[in-house]
Amino acid sequence: MYATNYHRAFSVADAVRLKGSGDETKYVSGGMTLIPTMKQRLAAPSDLVDLRHVAEMKGITVSGATVRIGAATTHAEVASSAEIKAACPALSHLASLIGDPHVRHMGTVGGSVANNDPAADYPSAMLALGATIVTDRRRIVADDFFTGLFETALHDDEIIVAVEFEAPEKAGYSKFPNPASRYAMTGVFVAKSAGGVRVGVTGAGSDGVFRHSGMEQALAGNFSPDALSGVTTDPADMLSDLHGSAEYRANLVNVMARRAVAAAT
Amino acid sequence: MGVEGIGARVARKEDKRFLTGKGRYTDDMVVPGMKYAAFVRSPHAHAKIKSIDVSAAERMPGVIAVLNGKQMLDDGIGNLICGWMIHSKDGSPMKMGAWRPIAHETVRYVGDAVAVVVADSVGEARDAAEQVVVDYEELPAVTDAATALTAGQPQLHPEAAGNLIYDWAIGTSEAETDAAIAAAAHVTEMTILNNRLAPNPMEPRAALGVYDSAEDHYTCYTTSQNPHVARLVMSAFYNVAPENKLRVIAPDVGGGFGSKIFIYPEEIVCLWASRRAGVPVKWTSDRTEAFLTDAHGRDHRSTVKMAFDKDNRITALKVDTIANFGAYMSLFSSSVPTYLYATLLSGQYAIPAIHANVRAVYTNTTPVDAYRGAGRPEATYLLERTIETAARELGVSPAELRRKNFIRSFPYQTPVIMNYDAGNYEASLEASMKQADWAGFAARKAEAEKRGKKRGIGMSCYIEACGIAPSAAVGSLGAGVGLWESAEVRVNAVGTIEVLTGSHSHGQGHETTFAQLVADRFGVPIDSVSVVHGDTDKVQMGMGTYGSRSGAVGMSAIVKALDKVEAKAKKIAAHLMEADESDIVIENGEAKVAGTDKTVPWFQVALAAYTAHNLPGGMEPGLKEGAFYDPTNFTFPAGCYICEVEIDPETGKTDIIQFVAADDFGNIINPMIVEGQVHGGIAQGIGQALLEGVHYDAQSGQLLTASYMDYAMPRADDLPSFQVSHQNTPCPGNPLGIKGCGEAGAIGSPPALINAITDAIGNNDLSMPATPQKVWAAIHAAH
Repeated sequence: MYATNYHRAFSVADAVRLKGSGDETKYVSGGMTLIPTMKQRLAAPSDLVDLRHVAEMKGITVSGATVRIGAATTHAEVASSAEIKAACPALSHLASLIGDPHVRHMGTVGGSVANNDPAADYPSAMLALGATIVTDRRRIVADDFFTGLFETALHDDEIIVAVEFEAPEKAGYSKFPNPASRYAMTGVFVAKSAGGVRVGVTGAGSDGVFRHSGMEQALAGNFSPDALSGVTTDPADMLSDLHGSAEYRANLVNVMARRAVAAAT
Repeated sequence: MGVEGIGARVARKEDKRFLTGKGRYTDDMVVPGMKYAAFVRSPHAHAKIKSIDVSAAERMPGVIAVLNGKQMLDDGIGNLICGWMIHSKDGSPMKMGAWRPIAHETVRYVGDAVAVVVADSVGEARDAAEQVVVDYEELPAVTDAATALTAGQPQLHPEAAGNLIYDWAIGTSEAETDAAIAAAAHVTEMTILNNRLAPNPMEPRAALGVYDSAEDHYTCYTTSQNPHVARLVMSAFYNVAPENKLRVIAPDVGGGFGSKIFIYPEEIVCLWASRRAGVPVKWTSDRTEAFLTDAHGRDHRSTVKMAFDKDNRITALKVDTIANFGAYMSLFSSSVPTYLYATLLSGQYAIPAIHANVRAVYTNTTPVDAYRGAGRPEATYLLERTIETAARELGVSPAELRRKNFIRSFPYQTPVIMNYDAGNYEASLEASMKQADWAGFAARKAEAEKRGKKRGIGMSCYIEACGIAPSAAVGSLGAGVGLWESAEVRVNAVGTIEVLTGSHSHGQGHETTFAQLVADRFGVPIDSVSVVHGDTDKVQMGMGTYGSRSGAVGMSAIVKALDKVEAKAKKIAAHLMEADESDIVIENGEAKVAGTDKTVPWFQVALAAYTAHNLPGGMEPGLKEGAFYDPTNFTFPAGCYICEVEIDPETGKTDIIQFVAADDFGNIINPMIVEGQVHGGIAQGIGQALLEGVHYDAQSGQLLTASYMDYAMPRADDLPSFQVSHQNTPCPGNPLGIKGCGEAGAIGSPPALINAITDAIGNNDLSMPATPQKVWAAIHAAH
């Protein structure tokens, strides 16, 4: 790791101010991707601003059907939250599948969403739940937020303070982990709400997380695994690497989608 | 057996320090004035070095020295060597290309060292290493061994035309074997790949070189499985220093699996740099460097023909193997696909004709050498997959086909050198089939089918050769060293005992097992016995730990030393009690005169030896004896493993439902430690079969699996709870009747697992690692 300056922010304003302090300052919110990358000398920020201790970014609140998760909330907290388990058990399940206990106690929702790793779990849920990404200056709907591999609509110094969504009628998440990294080789999150069915797919798409419109249409009329039997996923849109060919991933998308629907509660 | 003696499940003495973070590893060593090394490594798989500019690096903060390979050459540091001479079929010696510790002309794999920076801190050394400017002329690279043998491929070493190191054969003549195959009622043919593995010990390699200019003396702390061999090789071949001026210390070592047998460039460089820079120099590998530079294992491509007569008896076996050696010949690389592999191709079967041909090949990849099992897993995998496939082709039960061909009378001379001394293969087969409820499998398969799962069962009957090895025998086969072991037993004046051994413990639990052996002999508590190892200044000489040899060879040396100590102690005790020496018995911590109530406590015998006030006439004072033990044969652990799997046909994911291991390890000192070895070995074997595999980009030669993001190691939830049992037949070849257990798990398990998967999916065409993707594709190919 190259030498770096560590700053701990205690308010959002504090964090934005600190972001302007170094030559190349990065926010860190758990650092489960950034720190290993720095240790391998593949990233060299001059300064880090830690967002995990900003009180206004922490905590889970459910009011009516609206669920708000502070960006600095850890995966372990989402996995074990009674409120989330009641409002959207699929999301708790998703959080419980991330990394290992160390990762789940360090990594945060905001960090994962902002990083938009094409194999991360959360982005699929954000898309499927039609979540809103709340930043320090605006509200961005998930459909507009994820713009490509590791790319988002965030400005350089913009901070996610929370994610919000309406609790779905039913939702399910099914993940096939990469045997090495245990990231999603394919993860499918399905959510059924009054507005219809949304399907978010992570780990598989060559442009990162995406909504599967064919599946959404098929499930809109018949929310059951069988409704997906005629739906195809084009391998041309899939990632292909050492662990999974595009054809294999296209198959996994359909298998995981059926399982997510079957598991939906 | 006492509560702490032979056969007792004694908890490991060393675990307190390991489990409480008090272990002392090479990287924990701190000496005054110590500085840190960082290596500049080639980013290219194959390139000429046109120039190296170190001026910017030298100006970086904290930098003490930036050193290169030309300086090392000028200082007379020799080439790294392979210590086992193999001759090709045509009688020519193997073609060994030069391996410089730091390359100064050509780099041949990604990770080849080209310069080293010594600086005040690790960070400064790495920062400066990035400022070393190397001008490379890139050359085309080749990573696959079979490809490297073909015309028009990049040539790695001028010494090895066509990248061929040797073309070697063993066994029955090719003509006779071919004739037997031609006359066969059935021939099973397969192409078998054995995937390349990265060893991944928990502790990465490290070295600390300390040069004392006043004494012109070097000390090397290093992560070695065999510090004496390291000293010998660094002294005799690399010209670092004469042996009396070089002390090698291998303190606590966190796993080796073979990868820490070999002498690598880094420890030589740390010693040399310590003298050049005038400061102690420490280097510790990071995990990426470990993937790049720790010697890899396996990487064989073989074709096999197994011939049967009309009664399903094997009449001949013909094997052609291409072994990928990587860019350079590592210390014992040449022996692995020859005398550790082809000599085991008879397996547990009576095969009248066996012919094996092995070609060793250079490629632009990390050097390949011994890794847990070393050659024997490759032999077992090839044989056990082939006989399983043959059973399916012949329409007979795999157990019956094996049974029919088992060797049943011993000693048994195979056509491939080995002479098996003892064994009972039927016993392991019976025990494992019973344990696995083989008979009930069909019902379990039907039940799984109802749940949409494909269930399969597979077995593997392995044999291996351990207790490495009779020195004269291996010498005649080309080994550059003898493979005996030494021991010294020092009884202190108060009766406590130190055992000095040339075996090295890096996870095996010697500090407990060896102490049990001594405790058993004299009836003293194991806490009064200390085991000393891993330091060339303390232990006179030793050959180290690998090839499951520490029990069969290392402990046999201790037994010989104990015999001498006991004999002298009896003389002293007899003198003290005015009895006849032949009437003295030593047990329960005292010397007794048999048939009387006369006793002398053990500590008084020891004290008498050192006070020397009242010793038998002419006896030297002291109670300390040494011994060397050279084995008379290899030992032959064997067993039968059964694996049952369930496969999700939609994803190709394999779940291991049960894993049964029935082993014959001969006599056992500590069953708990032996079971631990089996568990660890099976975990590694399952890793090879299901998860692990080193991949290079075929064009660029870049290592694609250089971190745990892409290299899949087995984790707890990949593994079932193992069912382990023993059907032991004592080894007739050594005083304790021990065969060895360190590698069996890694040898026997891969074919059992793959046989189970191929049984489940109905497709024999599957290579390791059987990743979900591959299994899914194989299911689709089969239907």
